[in-house]
Amino acid sequence: MEQTVLGERYIACGSSGGLYPLRGTPGNALGAYLDGAEIELFGNAQDATGDTMNAGTITIHGNTGDAAGYAMRGGSIYVRGDAGYRAGIHMKAYGDTVPALVIGGRAGSFLGEYQAGGIILVLGLGCAPGAAPVGCFCGTGMHGGRIYLRTETLPADLPDQVAARRATQEDMRLIDPYLNRFCEKFHMDKTTDLGGNYYVLSPNEKSPYRMLYVYNWGQP
Amino acid sequence: MPVNFLYPEYSPQRDPERCTKCRLCERQCANRVYGFDETNGRLTIDESRCVNCHRCVAMCPTRALRIVKTDDVFRGNGNWSSAAITEIARQAASGGVLLSSMGNPRPMPVYWDNILVNASQVTNPPIDPLREPMETRTFLGAKPSGITRDASGRIVTKLPPQLTLRVPILFSAMSYGSVSYNVHACLARAAERLGTFYNTGEGGLHEDFYRYGANTIVQVASGRFGVHKDYLNAGAAIEIKMGQGAKPGIGGHLPGAKIVGDISRTRMIPEGTDAISPAPHHDIYSIEDLRQLVYSLKEATGNTKPILVKIAAVHNVAAIASGIARSGADIIAIDGFRGGTGAAPTRIRDNVGIPIELALSSVDQHLREEGIRNQVSLIAGGSIRNSADVVKAIALGADAVYIGTAALIALGCHMCRSCHSGKCNWGIATQRPELVRRLDIQQGTERLVHLISAWTYEIKEMMGGMGINAIEALRGNRLMLRGLGLNETELRILGIRHAGE
Repeated sequence: MEQTVLGERYIACGSSGGLYPLRGTPGNALGAYLDGAEIELFGNAQDATGDTMNAGTITIHGNTGDAAGYAMRGGSIYVRGDAGYRAGIHMKAYGDTVPALVIGGRAGSFLGEYQAGGIILVLGLGCAPGAAPVGCFCGTGMHGGRIYLRTETLPADLPDQVAARRATQEDMRLIDPYLNRFCEKFHMDKTTDLGGNYYVLSPNEKSPYRMLYVYNWGQP
Repeated sequence: MPVNFLYPEYSPQRDPERCTKCRLCERQCANRVYGFDETNGRLTIDESRCVNCHRCVAMCPTRALRIVKTDDVFRGNGNWSSAAITEIARQAASGGVLLSSMGNPRPMPVYWDNILVNASQVTNPPIDPLREPMETRTFLGAKPSGITRDASGRIVTKLPPQLTLRVPILFSAMSYGSVSYNVHACLARAAERLGTFYNTGEGGLHEDFYRYGANTIVQVASGRFGVHKDYLNAGAAIEIKMGQGAKPGIGGHLPGAKIVGDISRTRMIPEGTDAISPAPHHDIYSIEDLRQLVYSLKEATGNTKPILVKIAAVHNVAAIASGIARSGADIIAIDGFRGGTGAAPTRIRDNVGIPIELALSSVDQHLREEGIRNQVSLIAGGSIRNSADVVKAIALGADAVYIGTAALIALGCHMCRSCHSGKCNWGIATQRPELVRRLDIQQGTERLVHLISAWTYEIKEMMGGMGINAIEALRGNRLMLRGLGLNETELRILGIRHAGE
């Protein structure tokens, strides 16, 4: 049963099952700690969508605000439109659970900072040609997982510990299920709507700060 | 290169008269100080590897070993101490950020030691805790501002969720990963037996310890390791870690080398990956954002559990605490600048933050002035060393205290401050199975129970001496304290008078 929402926070917080069809604009922290339920929103989401989520799916037929998918460990978030700042910060993965954050349009700055696992996919729909589909500081502190950007233009300020390359067939095979789901959800065609070049961002190493320290045994 | 050479600070000494060459020291030392030369049958010592943890000294069956400070010295200098010189040498050799373990060891003012406790004489006689009942039970959580009545005039007795402590002492957050499985086992069992709580720290909760949930505080830090719905619901309360006294304003890096086996499973991150906790929670940039996290946690747990917010004691701590009290948090934990750590950059640990005594007192007074002290309970931590510190903390306004380092010392820590090496010979700050085994869970639990029981008795004696028979009557009771050798500003911040006044 579709519910009309207007600013209610914490909808489906920690929910482990069931369907939440929503219309309107929910408040912050939609699906925080989500643990298996399915949320489908016809409208725009606000901040902290899917914060620390563990399992389940959030589908947004619109845009989402800041800090979407913060520290998510499992499940998936599909956004038809754009995501705000700080999306996918500290996403992680463990065992069989690999979270996915799929953003149809563009993402704001700080996308995927400290990413430790999982897949972030930015499709750049509606993005101006020649512009990167993400803002500044994409992938700072990244030490696991993958960020895919559908673009011909990489962000100019990628940090040293992030390596960027054009996606290979194998890379594309890995994201194929997500692209299919995205097309299914938002009625698009993979070949005509989501073709073109994809870049893959991945961390150079698992311990980006390993060389930062020296042990100090000195006595006062 | 000779310029990199630093003479070892400590040197194990072997008494050849007593040594039986059993080679136990060799097997006990994970730092590999001891060796055996097969060619001449001699035991060797490499003092440059010694961290002065006393494991060999304690284990030597003939007491043939002792560790002395070497008498090698730099030319005396009141400004350029040997620590100042060696730290520069280490950084010049490596280019690294200096990393240290445990709390700030520098000789800075310890206000506890300059505060004296009152006792009754003649009038208002002391109470004998051997004979009279003394109440040490404490309830942590938000208290109502006044009495409310329902439609039929009956008093509404439903309170926000509370933690009930038999003693006003909790074990503070130490993550599984920074300390061993056996440490967590000891803390959990001891907390259950003592009727208090231990804190998981930010490394998640091992599946074996879910059964101690009624005595567990689960922590949510910026890395959100091991945080999921079952974890949040497993504990009796949830602590949001905003900061830590040993390293205010920065995050943590548990190196990938320590993310093995169960640690990886409990934190729910792959083996060998660094566990990075960013400095801020990137979903909290304001009190309003904090309020959002507080209420999302309440929502996820059906409003059944108090939410703690832990902060480091920093300059504006009173104003920050006021904001936290208004964020919906039930309990504020304040960690002073001498608080312990498994690893922190030396410069941060030794220079950032303020002493817990001043922070606690100023928070308590500030919340009282604003009329919101009842909205939150206060837990003070950051080097509580004995029962007198506990009594003074409560009289300065704490509802309870957190102890971390003291608990580890009870478990066998000898304060060698080498936790970051991961080679703790006492089985505490290590994940090596052969070292972890050295900490006997049964014995460790007993020792923690002993310590807290002893402190509790001492607290009762001090309370009795003051003519106070319930810990609640001691809370914020600054009339019971006097300062010694403190200046006017210090006395004003502490809210106490000078001895003799």
